[in-house]
Amino acid sequence: MTGLETFLTAVIKVVIAFGLLLNITVVLVWFERKIVADMQNRLGPVRAGPYGLLQTVADGLKLMFKESVTPRKVEFALYIAAPVAALLPALLIFLVIPIGKPFTLGDRVIDLSGTDLNVGVLYVLALSSLAVYAVVLAGWSSGSKYPLLGAVRASAQMISYEAAMGLALVPVILYTGSASVSSIVDQQMLSRTILGLNIPVWNIVLVPSFLAFFVAGIAETNRAPFDLVEAESEIVGGYHTEYSGFRFALFFLAEYINIFNISALTTVLFLGGWHGPGIGISGPIGWILPIFYFLAKTTVLIFVFVWVRASLPRMRYDQLMSFGWKRLIPLTLLWIVCSTVGIGLSRFGLPWG
Amino acid sequence: MSVWSDFRKAFGGFFVTARQMIRTVRGTGLVTTQYPNEKRVKPQRFHGRHVLNRYPDGMEKCIGCELCAGVCPSRCIYVRGADNPEGERVSPGERFGFVYEINMLRCIFCGLCVEACPTEAITMTQFFEFSTTDREDAIYTKSELLVDEDGTPTHPQADSPLIDLNELKLADGWLRATSSSGRAAYEGVVAWTPSAGAGTRSPETGQSSELLMVEQDSTVQPDALAVELHEVDTEDRTGGSP
Repeated sequence: MTGLETFLTAVIKVVIAFGLLLNITVVLVWFERKIVADMQNRLGPVRAGPYGLLQTVADGLKLMFKESVTPRKVEFALYIAAPVAALLPALLIFLVIPIGKPFTLGDRVIDLSGTDLNVGVLYVLALSSLAVYAVVLAGWSSGSKYPLLGAVRASAQMISYEAAMGLALVPVILYTGSASVSSIVDQQMLSRTILGLNIPVWNIVLVPSFLAFFVAGIAETNRAPFDLVEAESEIVGGYHTEYSGFRFALFFLAEYINIFNISALTTVLFLGGWHGPGIGISGPIGWILPIFYFLAKTTVLIFVFVWVRASLPRMRYDQLMSFGWKRLIPLTLLWIVCSTVGIGLSRFGLPWG
Repeated sequence: MSVWSDFRKAFGGFFVTARQMIRTVRGTGLVTTQYPNEKRVKPQRFHGRHVLNRYPDGMEKCIGCELCAGVCPSRCIYVRGADNPEGERVSPGERFGFVYEINMLRCIFCGLCVEACPTEAITMTQFFEFSTTDREDAIYTKSELLVDEDGTPTHPQADSPLIDLNELKLADGWLRATSSSGRAAYEGVVAWTPSAGAGTRSPETGQSSELLMVEQDSTVQPDALAVELHEVDTEDRTGGSP
């Protein structure tokens, strides 16, 4: 491909990814509200559009036209920068996630991810670490006590669970031998015959990693039961208490894009990404089916996110910290040792053999 | 075993939410209704907005005695009576309610005005949706409270799709359960005057008829005090005409 073609492909991909994420957020908020309503014997949004699908659009429009109140004590530059800093990592993480099978256009192969970094997993971890800056900046620059408390909680929580998240991914990288997200997906295409059935070897065989990653992901996105950062009953809205209008909408958007990102990452890293039966078919079906598989698996995980939110009460702060440091991190460390030994044995055999 | 109970403790909540979700999706667990589209049936004795009734011949029932204003605990009723004008009588009594105002912002909908009224002129209905955008509009005057000559209730925004005038035609069940003096022995006895539009409202079957059934069933011992009260009421009723 020429330089111009590469540039144009990148631009088109980014625009599509941006539009996709915004639309997914609209559906995701509706989905969550509907599911939680069902679990609480309510109807949820029904008025705006068919099945209330346009409720999020209406809410978003309302937030856009609302006045963005600026409290007197804010540090204005950082106060404005924080929502953008929250949204940017959320948007950027999505770029390394392959949402479908690469397709050929003429003599060009275009993979359905923004970019295929060979350090994709590290990139994801680095960007999700950046997200904590937005929370801290928002809390501090608001010049008010509740946002500050929320920000302090958030920084402690996100740093703690960041560690567990990274450690949970080490066995995955060892197992697949690559840190590139798309090659991790391709590794999971290999199937093994067990009991006469052709069963794809997804990374879900690394069950402890899967669970630890998903739990840490829930904590990382500040969702229930780890939503002490924005515990309404204790510290009002947490770090975004002093935000209103479109600035608040950006935080909201970032939160839901993060939920989608964590679910998509879990799908890609553990559940085989876009792989599934029948993706070898040529023509449009073989093109759409992988995207469908990817979205279906992600939706299931998002449902678990919502299910957890509807079922579990909020944790206490000391429980959160002790769960992170005394349970999750030691368990992932132990699992790294066990899986390393296991992978080494299966690859190189017994040292005395 | 303890592992299982620990598991139940940790993840039991998930099964509760899943079960409730299945119930809701199947339509058996829903506790909310689509309010303006589907309205729940209100209790028969619902205390809603007041109306001022007329006799079937079009005469106003209100005689301007101000007993409702006197009994009102929140002092939200203002009545000024006047002598009936010669030739064109407004009420069959000596006087009529010349000014009748209820401040709905102060009204607590206790229904004491209905109990106090000697002519059943003021009754309560099942109508409760009367929010206003102006405090002045919340003071209902005679023109809004009084029904038309044919008994049709009036409402400032009668054309609004949210206004169900039929709710305004339903009189308070208290009036129909007992007489205006409120004794249980008047159960089933019509002790009130007919109204324009509605005619003579039929009596409501209520608690005292159930009490009689209990008395007939010897296996169930009714509350002694209730039986005693019922006997006193029955004597009262046979002693003098209601």
